[in-house]
Amino acid sequence: MKITREEVEHIAKLARLELHAEEIDRVTAQLDTILSYVAKLDGLDTTGVAVTTHTQGVCNAFREDEVKESVKREKALANGPRQNGEAFVVPRIIT
Amino acid sequence: MNYFSLTLGEARKLLDREEITSVQLTESILSRIDAVEDRVKSFITLHLEQALVQAEEADRQRKQGGGGKLCGLPVSVKDVLCTSDMPTTCGSKILENFIPPYNATVIDKLKGEGAVIIGKVAMDEFAMGSTSENCAFNVPDNPWKPGYVAGGSSGGSAACVAADESFASLGSDTGGSIRQPASLCGVVGMKPTYGRVSRYGLVAFASSLDQVGPLTKDVADCALMMNVISGYDNRDSTSISTPVPDYTKALKDGLAGIRVGVPAEYFNEGLDPQVEKIVREGIDMLHDAGAEIINLSLPHTEYCVAVYYLIAPAEASSNLARYDGVRYGYRDMTADSLMDMYCSTRSQGFGDEVKRRILIGTYALSAGYYDAYYKKASQVRTLITDDFKRAFGQCDLLVSPVTPTPAWRIGEKADDPLALYLSDILTISANLAGIPGMSVPAGFSHDGLPVGIQLQAAHFNEEVLLRAAWNLEQRVGVKGRKPDLG
Repeated sequence: MKITREEVEHIAKLARLELHAEEIDRVTAQLDTILSYVAKLDGLDTTGVAVTTHTQGVCNAFREDEVKESVKREKALANGPRQNGEAFVVPRIIT
Repeated sequence: MNYFSLTLGEARKLLDREEITSVQLTESILSRIDAVEDRVKSFITLHLEQALVQAEEADRQRKQGGGGKLCGLPVSVKDVLCTSDMPTTCGSKILENFIPPYNATVIDKLKGEGAVIIGKVAMDEFAMGSTSENCAFNVPDNPWKPGYVAGGSSGGSAACVAADESFASLGSDTGGSIRQPASLCGVVGMKPTYGRVSRYGLVAFASSLDQVGPLTKDVADCALMMNVISGYDNRDSTSISTPVPDYTKALKDGLAGIRVGVPAEYFNEGLDPQVEKIVREGIDMLHDAGAEIINLSLPHTEYCVAVYYLIAPAEASSNLARYDGVRYGYRDMTADSLMDMYCSTRSQGFGDEVKRRILIGTYALSAGYYDAYYKKASQVRTLITDDFKRAFGQCDLLVSPVTPTPAWRIGEKADDPLALYLSDILTISANLAGIPGMSVPAGFSHDGLPVGIQLQAAHFNEEVLLRAAWNLEQRVGVKGRKPDLG
């Protein structure tokens, strides 16, 4: 087994996903199949091989730090599931 | 005359000669959609009234002697591109009512050239899938055969172009999502070089792999669309400021002096003999056109799927963390703590495949596994890219199948994620290496399903792809063949 039920429960928590008991069983089996497949990479020696981040090596694409117009508050709030005209409203955090 | 069956270039000529108006063209497309959409199911959002308003405006501009390269031409876009006047759902319940505050750069470019945007087309949720079956709203049906997949994730784009519901469409390609549906639906599709087209406003799936590109009825239309959408954008820091050539000038007769590589690993077991036959015939045609054919090897091909299904989910798990129900999209309004709200919003809003990839990605990036999975995959990605660099020292382009098989039945592989992942084996390496790739219609299977040929070239060598594709198109002779949709 590449991955256990307990590990799947832990990852789901990290990813902020709730899985039902039946879903955990199914996902554990599927992830196990996928992780067993990707384990074929273990057979390759990659000592000293650089990682690819941008395929053409673009790195640190800086620009001048200029103040520009940004999205207006009204527009930024327009898609909020709950908002009060000034901010997004969420359930109480500190009780 | 049925204007809807014209190519983008043909329709543009008629507009230029003032033989038709954009309103007539748009009405023709809308009546076509009305007639076949129940069967093809390619659209998530149709913008009928707005389309006619845009068409009227285009006609006005043309009368005044103005108008851009696409002035008055109706096109569709995949629902992963932000449009400030239409919902952008990404095929997901979590973004069902989301209307972005801005347009994607490519949408501004289309509008800037006068295109009439008729609507947003179906896709796998967040572009994750190979069949568009993961769309939360409707699953497009292959125009060539009812009950068969249109491919994915840009299945709506491919289906609507094949069904003459749109003159062209924009899709996105993270592991083959333009080229594969283009092949399965018999249209032309191009994934440009990573950095050639701005990703600003393209809802992110895997940021180091995603690229926007066109799906069109022929190669000339593909070149025209590439002229419109290409170019550096300072709002996408991964885009690259290489000058944009006039791609329509690349369509030259003959391939003298062009070296075409045939990678042995792309013709392995599992390749449908009908597909292989069509591709081998295509290779002969490239040779007849003057190209030199070279057999070569891309030795790390067998690792592509494993690398991709670590890197893409890892990046996805990070990109999709933003869907938390706070600022936009769906929220579970019944949750009474913040943590419950996050968890139930995401669990109710995302579909199974998206959850699966978030979980794989979270695992690959989690403490203790990062080096073994994500770093390892990123190193093997370098080896895969080096394979291509070596190959392009020997040849100008690579020719291969796009997919191992023609389209399959809807539902056939829906319960076997790994089997579906493996069907991407021939397209994902282009994304890993950032090189451009194209699918060109090349023939039909015994039961009438389209088969495409894939062409791949070195970074920023879209011109050689277009030239080879155009020569292939002339010789294959399937252009203009239409599915029977009544």
